[in-house]
Amino acid sequence: MLEKRAYDLFMQNMIKGTSHLALGQEAIAAGFGLAMQTGDYTFCTYRGHNHTLVRGVSMTEILGELMGNASGLMRGKGGSMHLTSVKHNVMGSYAIIGAHLTIANGAAWSAQYRGTDQVAVCFFGDGTTNIGAFHEALNFAVIWKLPIVFVCENNLYMEYTSIYDVTAVEHPAADRASAYGLEPVLIDGNDVDVVYRTAMRALDLARKGGGPSLIEAQTYRHGGHSRADPGKYRPDEEVQAWLAKDPIPSYRQRLLQLGIGESEIKKIEDETKAQVDAATETARNAPPTPLELAEKDLWADGGSAWRN
Amino acid sequence: MAQLTYREAVAAGMQQEMRRDPNVVFLGEDVAAAGGVFKTTVGLLEEFGPKRVRDTPISEQAILGAAMGAAMTGLRPIAEIMFSDFFAVCWDIVANEIAKTRYMTDGQVTLPLVIKSGNGAGARFGAQHSQAVENWAMAVPGLKVVAPAFPADVKGLMAAAIRDNDPVLFFESKSLYAVKGEVPEGEHIVPLGKANVIRQGTDVTIVALALMVPRALKAADMLKEQHGINATVIDLRSLVPLDTQTILTEVAKTGRLVTVEENPRLCGWGAEISSIVSEELFWDLDGPIVRVTTPHIPLSAANNLEDMQLPNPERIVASVRQLCD
Repeated sequence: MLEKRAYDLFMQNMIKGTSHLALGQEAIAAGFGLAMQTGDYTFCTYRGHNHTLVRGVSMTEILGELMGNASGLMRGKGGSMHLTSVKHNVMGSYAIIGAHLTIANGAAWSAQYRGTDQVAVCFFGDGTTNIGAFHEALNFAVIWKLPIVFVCENNLYMEYTSIYDVTAVEHPAADRASAYGLEPVLIDGNDVDVVYRTAMRALDLARKGGGPSLIEAQTYRHGGHSRADPGKYRPDEEVQAWLAKDPIPSYRQRLLQLGIGESEIKKIEDETKAQVDAATETARNAPPTPLELAEKDLWADGGSAWRN
Repeated sequence: MAQLTYREAVAAGMQQEMRRDPNVVFLGEDVAAAGGVFKTTVGLLEEFGPKRVRDTPISEQAILGAAMGAAMTGLRPIAEIMFSDFFAVCWDIVANEIAKTRYMTDGQVTLPLVIKSGNGAGARFGAQHSQAVENWAMAVPGLKVVAPAFPADVKGLMAAAIRDNDPVLFFESKSLYAVKGEVPEGEHIVPLGKANVIRQGTDVTIVALALMVPRALKAADMLKEQHGINATVIDLRSLVPLDTQTILTEVAKTGRLVTVEENPRLCGWGAEISSIVSEELFWDLDGPIVRVTTPHIPLSAANNLEDMQLPNPERIVASVRQLCD
């Protein structure tokens, strides 16, 4: 609902720049968000709005950051692709493919060194499996037995190109697991219950000192790669088939079957919509970022001086 | 005071800080059991153990990513990139991630980390293992850049870099590793961003860094003895933060400036200093600012070619004489 609103705000020209929506991929963020403990670290990509939201970051701060004003999570200094909230252990959304897998290793190493039971969870797309940093990071995590869970959100397209056209194996992450001595784990990323159970197992393994996991969650993005992309390179029948597997209505159906009342679900939906509306209004009416922030916080002393 | 080599001073600075702070950890290729390919970290594994001093695979991105992730979650890592030329294979982590994350997150993330690296020429390693790349780092906002010339500064600047709350790239001159010098025993800190006036003259100011500092000093001796020219020599020690006040003060006294840098000609750090001095001290100058650099070509492996390419005392003397005539 939040990302649909973000899309609408783009169309109204309230959000500039670029943004990468994960409409259709929500079950992965939701399942992991529920399974993770407060101290666990999230590392995600530029398609990270949902991963940030599920850790408890407010909708206002997310929309404010997309709009680039003083209500934003980083008051507009980062933008849509870099949502970070250290107090929620959202250690960043990273916009250069592959880099954050190596950085997530560092947080996991730190947890291991400090003797905590924290786990780092690192989300990335299918396209990431073809860049060097992916392979460096996996090997490194395994040899140091780091408490980390790597989650490939395979939405079938790197950007505009089918992942199958550019990858040597059928399953871009799962089929690479054996090269690092890991179990191949391939799951339905649109089924939030499956995601939750898989996440719990991997988190538990990492927490007990069992080392890393690599999970490939198959999913689909309903829109294009980014704001600029209508996604026309995808066959209509493929899009329709995946729209029918939209994780949100599917889960709604399951809840009804499990005996959760229609009125109860409706109540949650209405409350969420009210939250999105309120966050939109707050973010839309927030003041611009103070100009003096441009010169702030390059360095730990709060400034940006490079000379005396 | 103890007599230490430059390479022993690297380990001495790290040892001082690792004894002081259990959150200081160290990782890199061949750094633990082997003590470093340049033997700059001998003894650290034995003293601090395999949990704090760790060998890694040949994975420069993974090394620097791990350092960054550890720094953002409470540790103070030191990472080694064996040859500074290898920054080219992990520059994303340095320039896009480490340098920018604090700024992009509105100050949420702090990155107290040091990347140490063997830098520069003189060892006949050829074009891919000899570059002086400190000017690459200087060009990226968000990185502090240090390159000491003397063992005492190596120990003191290493300690200061480790205590600093920002990312510091620590460039060690490979050709100076065997050079000995007096190093204070016990706690020793040299603040980042402070240049050192190591020789006071009246006719010209020579600004140098790292391997170029002993060469500038030699040139100053030759200028005095053979040509009666008295040169001030400044060892910059840090490029970021840059001690412009010391440079401006000294150049104002002599009216002439020569920079001596190991970088290839275009966009070397001397160009930045030349720009600052010409903007802020133009009317105090008695002549043009002169840059002595490596030519804008890759470095060669052959003795005679590499020697010709690097600035040497004779070339510095010739440039200064031309300026002073």
